[in-house]
Amino acid sequence: MGTPWPARPPGRARRWAFADEAYRGLLTASALFVFVIAALIVYESARGSGLSVRTFGWSFLTSTEWDPVAGRFGALPYLYGTLVSSGLAMLLSVPLGLGAAVFLAELAPQRVGDAVAFVVELLASIPSIVYGIWGLFVLAPFLRTALEPWLIRHLGFLPLFEGFPFGIGMLNAGIVLAVMVLPTIVSLSREILLSTPRTLREAALALGSTRSEAIGVVLDAARPGILGAVILGLGRALGETMAVTMVIGNASRISASLLAPGATMASVIANEFTEATGDLYLSALIEIALVLFVLTLLVNAVARLLVHWAAGGRRDVAGTA
Amino acid sequence: MSPAQPSAPQRLQPRGPSWNRRAWNAGVLSACWLAAATVVLPLALIVWHLLAKGLPAMNLAFFLHMPKPVGEPGGGMANAIVGTLILVALGAAIAVPIGVGAGVWLSEYGRGRFASMVRYTADVLAGVPSIVVGVVAYGLVVVPMGRFSALAGGVALGILMLPTIVRSTEEVVRLVPRSYREAALALGAPRWRTIQQVVIPAASAGIVTATMLALARAAGETAPLLFTALGNRFWSLQLDQPMASLPVFIFDYARAPYEDWNRQAWTGALVLIMLVTLLSAVLRITLRRLPGRS
Repeated sequence: MGTPWPARPPGRARRWAFADEAYRGLLTASALFVFVIAALIVYESARGSGLSVRTFGWSFLTSTEWDPVAGRFGALPYLYGTLVSSGLAMLLSVPLGLGAAVFLAELAPQRVGDAVAFVVELLASIPSIVYGIWGLFVLAPFLRTALEPWLIRHLGFLPLFEGFPFGIGMLNAGIVLAVMVLPTIVSLSREILLSTPRTLREAALALGSTRSEAIGVVLDAARPGILGAVILGLGRALGETMAVTMVIGNASRISASLLAPGATMASVIANEFTEATGDLYLSALIEIALVLFVLTLLVNAVARLLVHWAAGGRRDVAGTA
Repeated sequence: MSPAQPSAPQRLQPRGPSWNRRAWNAGVLSACWLAAATVVLPLALIVWHLLAKGLPAMNLAFFLHMPKPVGEPGGGMANAIVGTLILVALGAAIAVPIGVGAGVWLSEYGRGRFASMVRYTADVLAGVPSIVVGVVAYGLVVVPMGRFSALAGGVALGILMLPTIVRSTEEVVRLVPRSYREAALALGAPRWRTIQQVVIPAASAGIVTATMLALARAAGETAPLLFTALGNRFWSLQLDQPMASLPVFIFDYARAPYEDWNRQAWTGALVLIMLVTLLSAVLRITLRRLPGRS
């Protein structure tokens, strides 16, 4: 796109041609720097993980053994933890977020919608460490004393809910992550709903639809964009570090129960990076960072494409994350 | 047979939707209400707990004193607060010139495939997990320098700020009316002076707000500082030495097994969030009032 400039009048400004070119070159160099940084991220994480990649190959992703003393590293428990905690977060946040977005875009009076959207965006600016401290000192005791004993008593026959009420663990991480990605899902979905043509609602209502049926029509039209918003939220959940590190319990094992402590790729890096002794250990952690990077890259790339496509290049959508 | 008498035109009675459709409608609508309320609930809870647990330990000493050893009551996070400001300033020193330059380029020259690649790359960079950025800054700065340093932390925060600054600068610069550019050119100004002295100043309020928003976000980042700036229990202003920061401090204090430290973690979180949300709330409001923004 870019702002269209008037054509240069012929015959003048020749004098400034050099200055113009130099200025343009300077700005172009800054733009190129964006690529440089992206390339540096790829290069550094690839270089740092080289040793680990050469030593373990693909088994790094399939082995569950994480033994710094013996020098054997497998990232499967962390991959599992990342996917399960993020999956749980999406399970909780997608229905809630969609409902809230529909409320804000379709049902609430504009002023209320704007006000709540403002509050939700404030949620997005809360640092993740604050979510973490809340999850650790408020949510965890609640889960330990109230919700988890209840789950064990009534649903304990499922492997999902067996074990002891620790308070910290996969469930806590899932809930905290859900709270953290809600703002992304709500505000992007609201934007997308607001950008669908008004005529869709009018046509549906004119045909005798109830309000909820008209909303169904609008949701159908907004589906790709909403899917993009959800995937963008997923990308955020996958890479979230501090809050998860504080509430997941940091145990490098795979357990079926959501109540058991676990670990994610981000949390194991946060916990062990400064204490990593030996090149192989460090390299293994950097390889986890590389895997995490590639994972979020894929997820975000898909989401951005969907959102851009659905919103037709509208502003805000891209800049919100 | 008599011709069929046209019956009196029957009035079309508008029949409402059947009861089950009405019930479904009511159910869906109230579910949406409920969802909206549930989404706001955690914010209310978090703010409530922050105030309830953070306020009691908040006093002047918290801002002015150094951390005390375990067991000694009192003490503050003066070094962490100053450290956060320094680290954010370092990050800004790296990200603002480049980010604004790239944003202006995108708005004023950015056409074609290369420009959309820059945009796309910036958007993708915005989604890179901050812990990954930390790992990268570790490899780029900490390893060559041989020690953890404030500089490394600044580099990490700078990388994190960059995408936001690029994209929002582009947006606000694009809002400058075309007539400004035409007027400047008509007066005989070359293009670079038009951009530098007319377009950028016209967008400066927006650029500053966008930048501050990026800074506020970076101020709350913990993960990229864990193994770059590391943290420091002592007063240090040296950029080549480890430096304390508020988020890392909160992290350490929250995980410590001492109740007094945990209390201070809450207070630290309250201070941090005041810093961050106040800043971004004020900015969001001024952003909205910006001329030309609907």
